[in-house]
Amino acid sequence: MNGGNAALLSLVNIYKHFPVRQSFFSREMLKVHAIDGVSIDVPYGKTVGLVGESGCGKTTLGRVALRLIAPDGGRIRFEGTDITRLSGEELRRTRRSMQIIFQDPYSSLNPRMRVRDIVGEGWRVHGMGGREEIREKAARLLARVGLSPDAADKYPHEFSGGQRQRIGIARAIALSPGLVVADEPVSALDVSVQAQILNLLKDIQEEYGMAYLFISHDLRVIRHMSDIVAVMYLGKLMEVSPAEDLFRGPLHPYTRSLLSAVPMLGGTPRENIVLRGEIPSPVAPPPGCRFHTRCFLAQKVCEEVCPLLRESAPGRLTACHFV
Amino acid sequence: MDPSQRSMGVDFLKRLMRNRLAVAGGAAVLFFFIVSAFPRAFSSHDPNRIDVLKVLQPPSAEHPLGTDELGRDVLARMVYGARISLKVGFVAVGIATAIGLMVGLFAGFYGGLGDAVLMRFVDIMLCFPTFFLILSVIAFLEPSIYNIMGVIGLTGWMGVARLVRAETLSIRERDFVAAARAQGAGDLRIIVRHILPNTLAPVLVAATLGVAGAILTESALSFLGIGVQPPTPSWGNILTAGKDNIEFAWWLSVYPGLAILFTVLGYNLLGEGIRDAADPRLRGR
Repeated sequence: MNGGNAALLSLVNIYKHFPVRQSFFSREMLKVHAIDGVSIDVPYGKTVGLVGESGCGKTTLGRVALRLIAPDGGRIRFEGTDITRLSGEELRRTRRSMQIIFQDPYSSLNPRMRVRDIVGEGWRVHGMGGREEIREKAARLLARVGLSPDAADKYPHEFSGGQRQRIGIARAIALSPGLVVADEPVSALDVSVQAQILNLLKDIQEEYGMAYLFISHDLRVIRHMSDIVAVMYLGKLMEVSPAEDLFRGPLHPYTRSLLSAVPMLGGTPRENIVLRGEIPSPVAPPPGCRFHTRCFLAQKVCEEVCPLLRESAPGRLTACHFV
Repeated sequence: MDPSQRSMGVDFLKRLMRNRLAVAGGAAVLFFFIVSAFPRAFSSHDPNRIDVLKVLQPPSAEHPLGTDELGRDVLARMVYGARISLKVGFVAVGIATAIGLMVGLFAGFYGGLGDAVLMRFVDIMLCFPTFFLILSVIAFLEPSIYNIMGVIGLTGWMGVARLVRAETLSIRERDFVAAARAQGAGDLRIIVRHILPNTLAPVLVAATLGVAGAILTESALSFLGIGVQPPTPSWGNILTAGKDNIEFAWWLSVYPGLAILFTVLGYNLLGEGIRDAADPRLRGR
């Protein structure tokens, strides 16, 4: 996907391992394989949904994309430039066009700052407007995300979870970024509030035209939001497909088992796949295909050879020997 | 942060006011503040006026707390001594807190080699018996009130540094710090605007308790004759005079002793009260 590519963000063969020390006296360093050779593109203005179980590395991937975590290997291209090694002023300038929305609306807002200062921090950092101008822009922005005008003078603890998430969204869109990484933005919220926040995110995308890297473990949320869906398991991508195709006919056995686990209200019953066992530890991921320990299609070859992500149907990528 | 926290300041004050010991401590602290702010209201005598005809007089209407071996009014000397003690306490703790904050923020935020070196230095500093360190330093310097403030401050920052480092380690992992970074904020801005304000609650407790310790140290140094120098009055050097005359002038020892006791107790109770009131686990009690 290099050369003349039209993607806003390209992650190419990203690796990230976190060292963990077994015990104080042990010299041997174990590594959590958070991301193991992941490549994915986020096109301009589209939403790429990243789905997977807890601990599969999707949050890490989101943070690597924004250079909040440095990758151990691979390249990050954003708007056509390689930002893998950027630092200092250049990195700060690039960051104006990439933002993040967090899962936890409580730890994502500084409890000692007023909402106005939280939302306006980016403008201040980049010297965009004086005090009065920032005050006005903040008021407009807060109104846009559905908060009352007096919110600007309050502190975060005076708001509910959903309102705090709106503040987080306002902060993320303040600089009109081209890319927003939404890291499980609704999983800490009540279902009724979830829908409001998701719709707000969609409306804002239409208005501002930004792309989302939308991370979630909830397939229904992913389906509602995404144009393209990437399925991640133990630090590797299993399947990347247009959302419609994926939900109509999942190809990879892992995707199939995930979809069969989503409860359907009044829908036609689908295949029912129950996975055996637990997700293996990312400290010692299984050799060969990461999924072979739980896969219903697994053969001898799966234990030895790691399948590559390849186009198995038009526009659809899967990493499986038998699909 | 705790989802159920409402307006933090009001809650905090409510909990503090319900703690009777803390309120008593606060009252003692406030009382000595008022005394040192308006000394004239508490004694009309000149603290340095010598009257050889009225040496070592017991408490009377004229001299409510008696006179000392040079005929000076003890109440007046104590009232002005309160000012010295508080000044030493606050400036020394101010120095200690400033150093502790800088060391703790730097070590906690950047980690790595700098952190290791600074924290080992803290360990080394904590190995010294502080009081004897102060004694030997003061022996080389002129025993002035400013040297005392400086020395107490320079030997008292380690606790704050450890506290702030620990807080910084946990706060720097919070999402709002990542958000600030994503907004393009630099290290300095993140430290000053995002981390520092969130470490201040435990630092306030440490500082309050530190004032008590500093006042006690100053009194001890002055008592030993290497602190505040006569004729400048301080509770410690009034006690020195009291020691020489303890058989026939009890008031010279008892009143400054009580003043030190109540001040130190007051700061300790208030500090513990603030700590308990700020503890989120005790919320709603």
